[in-house]
Amino acid sequence: MKVLVAVKRVVDYNVKIRVKADGSGIDTGNVKFSMNPFDEIAVEEAVRLKEAGKASEIVAVSMGPAIAHETIRTALAMGADRGILVTSDEELQPLAVAKLLKAIVEREAPKLVILGKQAIDDDANQTGQMLAALLGWPQGTFASKVVLHSDTAEVTREVDGGLEMVALTLPAVVTTDLRLNEPRYASLPNIMKAKKKPIDTLTPAELGVDVTPRLVTLKVEEPPKRKSGIKVGSVAELVDRLKNEAKVI
Amino acid sequence: MPAYKAPLRDMRFVLYELHQGDTLAQLPGFEEMTPDLIDPVLEEAAKVCEEVLAPLNRTGDEEGCSFENGVVRTPKGFKEAYDLFREGGWTGIACDPDFGGQGLPKSVNTLVEEMICASNLSFGMYPGLSHGAYLAIHAHGSDELKGRYLPKLVDGTWSGTMCLTEPQCGTDLGLVRTKAIPQGDGSCKLTGTKIFISAGEHDMTENIIHLVLARLPDAPKGIKGISLFVVPKFLPKGDGTPGPGNGVSCGSIEHKMGIKGSATCVINFDDSTGWLVGEPNKGMRAMFTMMNTERLAVGIQGLGLAEASYQGAVAYARERLQGRSLSGTKHPDKPADPIIVHPDVRRMLLTMRSTIEGSRALGAWVAMALDRQHHGADPQERQDAEDLVALLTPVVKALFTDLGFEAANHGMQVFGGHGYIREHGMEQLVRDARIAQVYEGTNGVQALDLIGRKLPAHAGRYLRAFFHPVSALIEAKVEDEQLGPFVQPLAKAFVRLQQATGQIARVGMAKPEEAAAAATEYLRLLGLVALAYMWVRMVEVSLPKIGSEADSDGFYRAKVATARFFMDRVLPQSGALFSAIMAGGASMMTFDEAAF
Repeated sequence: MKVLVAVKRVVDYNVKIRVKADGSGIDTGNVKFSMNPFDEIAVEEAVRLKEAGKASEIVAVSMGPAIAHETIRTALAMGADRGILVTSDEELQPLAVAKLLKAIVEREAPKLVILGKQAIDDDANQTGQMLAALLGWPQGTFASKVVLHSDTAEVTREVDGGLEMVALTLPAVVTTDLRLNEPRYASLPNIMKAKKKPIDTLTPAELGVDVTPRLVTLKVEEPPKRKSGIKVGSVAELVDRLKNEAKVI
Repeated sequence: MPAYKAPLRDMRFVLYELHQGDTLAQLPGFEEMTPDLIDPVLEEAAKVCEEVLAPLNRTGDEEGCSFENGVVRTPKGFKEAYDLFREGGWTGIACDPDFGGQGLPKSVNTLVEEMICASNLSFGMYPGLSHGAYLAIHAHGSDELKGRYLPKLVDGTWSGTMCLTEPQCGTDLGLVRTKAIPQGDGSCKLTGTKIFISAGEHDMTENIIHLVLARLPDAPKGIKGISLFVVPKFLPKGDGTPGPGNGVSCGSIEHKMGIKGSATCVINFDDSTGWLVGEPNKGMRAMFTMMNTERLAVGIQGLGLAEASYQGAVAYARERLQGRSLSGTKHPDKPADPIIVHPDVRRMLLTMRSTIEGSRALGAWVAMALDRQHHGADPQERQDAEDLVALLTPVVKALFTDLGFEAANHGMQVFGGHGYIREHGMEQLVRDARIAQVYEGTNGVQALDLIGRKLPAHAGRYLRAFFHPVSALIEAKVEDEQLGPFVQPLAKAFVRLQQATGQIARVGMAKPEEAAAAATEYLRLLGLVALAYMWVRMVEVSLPKIGSEADSDGFYRAKVATARFFMDRVLPQSGALFSAIMAGGASMMTFDEAAF
């Protein structure tokens, strides 16, 4: 069974984000990038499926500037077999990504597509759902457990009220939540081998997809700074201030 | 103390921008070693060090190793971390691919070693010692020994040790008493006691392979009668799994000042079967091939601990509020200014930083030379590289570990009283750093190696491998408008170094003791000049990038500013060292022994 995994290059989760002075976006100069953590979980799940003999081939797909091939290499070092990079210098919004993925799915014919439930840069949480809709496939989002059979998958979903179990008919789309697994450290021999694994490069035009953004970013600003607290003289003053100034009681 | 973060930005600067590491792939055998391979290796190593090894550093120190009924237990978590480290292939990073290693360049491995030492030196001792044993067998062992032991040492299933010291013999290995009696079948039976054996016994691997110095019957007295043997804890069976015990036992473990997670053992050999490595009575030579690499590695330990301490000290200096800036309040909204505004705190931080970054550059330069020595296509290139490595090996070992201890001490001082208590982890770095000045040949012995062996070798040829590039840079750039202000202090210190070298060469012939009396100061002087040379080269690389897009995070500006501090406030020590060297050793050597 072929498994396709989508991986996104994002600003590393350790980096303190700086907003550009003109409010047009965030400052990415000399900033560390790495694979979206939810996508790492997706790759890890695919590799475990392969180790369990349930998946035969893992294809890692990324999109964006040419440098995103580094993110594919990371997936290859974790155990993916080959990569596909769709290069585009245009901002790729979830709908465009879902359409590109659909085009690749039609070429590759995987039985399972695994994605992170969202990327930590824009937190859109849309691509997996859109892809399933475009393909007309069943979806199991926010997965904390995936049990794969030959023609079906049981997915345990993390929902507000607890856990929900869904049974999907393959082919299907699964998006990962944090508790699905703990991604491995890539081993040194696998990092070395990853260099030799093939990465195909495509463009949106070759896939016949129009990636023109449908949404316009008006302004990016930092969250308001937390103000320092004050000391109150008595409980009575505290209650008074909460009631009349803060108006919370 | 904040969690350690591997200084990958500076490591990439040193490797690629300063030392043209992107040309490593031009060396035969390193065709694959391009930045797109090296970068992910460094990044994954950083992850393992930051997330797996560093969290065990303080707990390992608190718990230490335990010894009961001959069994040594490493601190909680070490075994699991070792398994992860081993399964990740990190034990074989710089080993021969023929035996399952990954064959990465020494220059890359040196950076990884720095991360390991900065995260958890105690842990790093175990794979470090294995690598020493690997090197000795690889360089001098028979094909049979290589086939039997190397794959297991490379993949980390077995670990290794270096058994040199005995109760009566430390620096002077000619006093070794452990006996080896040939059995007529190519093996020997060894009997004796070794002490201070790092990783001598532990619970992380299924077998431990000891490299042991011992005497054959009728061996010449002293250092010329020492042979090297490989002695496994368990004799390997035909299928390569550990078989019966081999009379090797751990008598006790030492209670030490630092590196408490590293088991330092008394190892007793009682009719233990061993096999000769290399030729009879040539054990010291075999040991030294390995010791030179290990000496560089110990130097890197000092560097790693200094970096860990620096990171802790900077974070604390930014958040600790005490007193007001002497040039006027800087943070009126706060009850006091952070201590980073105070000159003495800045002196300590910049002393640490300028020596750390200088050492990282120098260490990588020597490691690159090691790569050229072993992989260079041209015989002259290989020879020049070997000369430079030979000269700078004792310098890197002694200078980096001295500076590392000084830096750890500064870092603790920045914390004030909070540095002296254990909770913040700063005093542990001081204790851990202290051993590196002592083992693998004390720093005094390194200085003697420099003046006694390295300076006179081949009529001063080793020294030329270092002096030539320094004088060429001075000549080319001393008048340079931008670089000149950095070259001039280097030139001044270099003149002092040349004069001191002349003095030592002159008196050394007639009065070796007189040269020996200046050895420590001379090594430090040469080391400071080497750091200054690195700083001028780093400024040369950085100046054109200031103000460009590449400098949007201020990396290059900070580089040049750090160089300025080094030239202004650290390099002037060369003047005092020069005076001490030229004063000679009479005031020490004529001192009445009874008056001590």
